[in-house]
Formats: sequence, C-alpha cells, structure tokens
Amino acid sequence: MSEACTSRELMIYTISRLLKGVRHVAVGQSSPMPAAGAMLLRALNQRDGLEHVQVSILGSVKHNSFTGGAEELFDCAAQGRLDAFFLGGGQIDGQGNVNLVGTGDYPNNPVRWPGSFGSAYLYFLVPRVILFREEHSLRSLVERVDFVSAPGVTDETVYRRGGPHALLTNAALFSFDREAGRFRLESTHPGYGWRDIRGTTGFSYDNERCEVTTPLPDEATLTLIRGRIREELRECYPQFAGNMPGPN
Amino acid sequence: MTDFVTPREMAEMIPSGCKLGLAPDDYAAAPGLVRMLIDRGIRDLHVVCAPIGGMQVDMLIGAGAVATLETSAVSLGEAGGAPCFSRAVRDGSIRLRDATCPAVFAGLTAAEKGVPFMPIRGIIGSDVLEKRDDWKVTSNPFDDGEKIVVVSAIQPDVALFHAPEADRFGNVRLGRRRETMLLAHASKRAFVTVERISETSLLEDEKMAAGVLPAIYVSAVAQLKNGGWPTGLYAEYPRDGQEVEKYARAARSPEGFQAYMRGARSAA
Repeated sequence: MSEACTSRELMIYTISRLLKGVRHVAVGQSSPMPAAGAMLLRALNQRDGLEHVQVSILGSVKHNSFTGGAEELFDCAAQGRLDAFFLGGGQIDGQGNVNLVGTGDYPNNPVRWPGSFGSAYLYFLVPRVILFREEHSLRSLVERVDFVSAPGVTDETVYRRGGPHALLTNAALFSFDREAGRFRLESTHPGYGWRDIRGTTGFSYDNERCEVTTPLPDEATLTLIRGRIREELRECYPQFAGNMPGPN
Repeated sequence: MTDFVTPREMAEMIPSGCKLGLAPDDYAAAPGLVRMLIDRGIRDLHVVCAPIGGMQVDMLIGAGAVATLETSAVSLGEAGGAPCFSRAVRDGSIRLRDATCPAVFAGLTAAEKGVPFMPIRGIIGSDVLEKRDDWKVTSNPFDDGEKIVVVSAIQPDVALFHAPEADRFGNVRLGRRRETMLLAHASKRAFVTVERISETSLLEDEKMAAGVLPAIYVSAVAQLKNGGWPTGLYAEYPRDGQEVEKYARAARSPEGFQAYMRGARSAA
C-alpha cells in the first residue's frame, strides 16, 4: 500500500476535476498546486486519449509556448483563447472579491502582500477563474475584503465574460453563482464536516449543511501525481516538488 | 550609437531622480548592475516594474533609493514576500502606484506608439482603479453603452535589463521575452548588461533577428557575467534559490539587510 493521499494531493486532483473540458489553461507565478492540477489534467487526458490540453505556466521554459512575452497571456485572454486561470488572494469575500494587496487601510497597509498581478483584468476575461487559497479561516475568507484587487461581479455596462467559477481551500470546495453573486458549498474534504466549514468561513453561502465529501484520486492518479507531475513541477517549483511524496 | 562601457561606468550614467523601468526577476532583471547603482548611492528613483518586481526592486527600496514605485506586485517567488517593500509600505517611505500587469503593458504600449493613452478591458470596480489618478473610465466612442478604462502612457527615462548577448554594433538578443522589447521601445534610453558580446552581427541570422532589439534603442551595453544572479536569466540559468532565501531571511530587519548588502559587496 502506498502512502495515503495528502491534503495537497487532494487539492491537485480537485483542480484537475475543476478544469475538465478546458482547451487552454494558464497558471501565474508562484502557484505550484494550480500548475500541478493543470499538468495532471493534461496527463490524464493524454493517458485516456482525450482532447489535448494546452498548459501555459508563467515562468516556465518547458511548459509555456508563448513567444510574445507575458503580454501574450493577456492578449490571449482578451481574444477568448484562454479558458481557465487561477487567482489566490490574501482575502476572498462572499461576493467573490479578491484582495492581493493587503489588510487594513491602503496605502500604508500594516500587512502588505505582493500586489494585484493580472487579477484586475483576467477576472473579467477568463471564463473559468478558480479561486485557490490553501488556508481556510476567518482571516482569509471574509465578509468584505479590505481592498478589491479584482471584483467578483460587475454591472452590464462593463464588458465581462469571465469571473469566479469555484473556490478551493484545504478544507472545502465551493462553486460560485454569478447571477446571485454568492458561493455554494459543494463538498467538504475528508476530515472536515459542514459545521467546521461554517465555523471557519467569514461570509454567508448557500447549501451550508452540505454532506458531500470531496472525492479522492484513485491509485493510478496518485501514482501519476507522485511521478510525472512531481517531475514536471521541478523546473519552476523545486522546493515544492522536493516536499511532495514520491519515489526516492 | 551604442556606447560600450564597464558596468561601473554604466552605473554612473543612470541618474538619481529618473524614471527607471526594470524587467522581472528570472527573465531579464539586472541585479548585478542594480547592486552597483546602490553602491554609488543612487536616490529618488521612480521605479516602473514591467510589470512586476522582485529581489532587485526590494534591494533598491531597502537601500532608500526609491521615491515612487509603480508595480503590479513585488515578490521573491518561492522565497516569499519582499521584506524591504513591505516595511516601506508600512512606514509610508515610498509613494505607491499599484497597478495590474496588463495595464503596465498598455501604458508602455502607448509610449511605444507615441500616443497619450491606451484603452484596456477589465479593472472597473477594483480599488486599483480608485487609487490611480492617471487611469480613467471613459465610454467606448464606438458604443456609448460600454464603459472602458484608459491608462496614460508610461515612458521611463531609462530601461535597465540584463540579456544573454549583444553584438559589437549594439544589437541585443532578447529571444521570446517580448515584454523586455516593449520596455526598451517605450523608454527614452535603454542600458543593457549582457553575458557575452558577439563579434558578428546578431541581425545577420534571419532565424534570430526577430528576437533581437536593434541598436537604435540601445544607449549602452556593458558585459557583466552572471549579471542576473542571484535571480535567473531566461533560458540561460535558473535562479540561485538558496541565495534568494538567504537574502529573504536577512532582509527581515533593516540591520540584516545592511549586513547582507555589505557581505555581498565584499564577496563580489
């Protein structure tokens, strides 16, 4: 018997499920788990003879075919050539707003994060934006973000074909209803119940008493994550890959 | 005409108070030359990160060289947050102009094309827009029902970056990293450090020419081996993760930052 599926492996597998059906997925800087999830979907589709998935990892030489620099990602998004992207966020609120800038008052935020990156743009243009935040807590999932790097919903005077699709944490998976501007609890990860999620989520959401458990990857998928995916991650994320379970 | 100078001479040619455009870490960042700018005591810079900053920007901030910072993010990647940047934000010692990556590219594109502004999708409803007096919401002149953001042109006085190779004529090979090409096109002058200098023209090889920045944009070239260290140089060498980690730990305090910079200098 191999080592049990880790929390990170479950998230990587869940990301691959959320990406099902995409033709082109891009992954931003400093996002090892989204990168792994996208690589996993590519590997699974290849194994099963399904449609080829184009994976564009920013910062990678091997897993990035753009020849127009970082601008090309944004141009691709504007033209509708990009189906999925990931956003993190120090804070995410119940309306799908994300904050990548910091807590407290701007500009002299007592806690400052790197910054908004491409979020204020890609959130409008990429159909399936997956919000990913490992930490599931009252501090990360808040009623209202302190700074809106990118808004979850927009009125009809603004061009928008993209937005939040799902929110994945180390404890649960939510979907997002763009009409209502609200999250819906879809499943809780093994070891967590709906009460745990209610107690650690700072905003209101639908389907609070969700009894569905997030499915685990099968043995073959786990082997793929620990083998091929771990190797593919080494180029951009040597430390992360080094900390993953796997042969030797 | 492109001048061929030593790295020290190049550091003297970049004036305090200028608007300085910098490339991202691991692509075309020039921390080697930036270290020399700090050594010579450069001050009051308006740094434009095209479109994000990393270790070289954090070092400039830590050294007190930055008055205004225009960026979409500052991060040390796997080594975590940028400590001097976070401290300067808290202290209010730098003027911040937070951006989003494609808006920086749009501003540089406007400068490249010699037009005053560029329209760009998205952004409306974000606090990033609220805090920028040089970005405006207008209506699409071809469709009154649609609101759209326009960003003003960004024209750095100086672009500074590191590249694999230049030739004796001042042409610089950038390869597929077109954002650095854009930065050079948009800036009044470009200063480039390179790993090597080729005796034959880089424009002679048709297969390579499209990835070459012509000398007409390049004010000066200096050979500086490993000029991208400890961050990486795209398709040439990866970042030295341990060194960046060492920096990240040291720079958690102002004293640690100063000690790191002194140590790095004596090792050079």
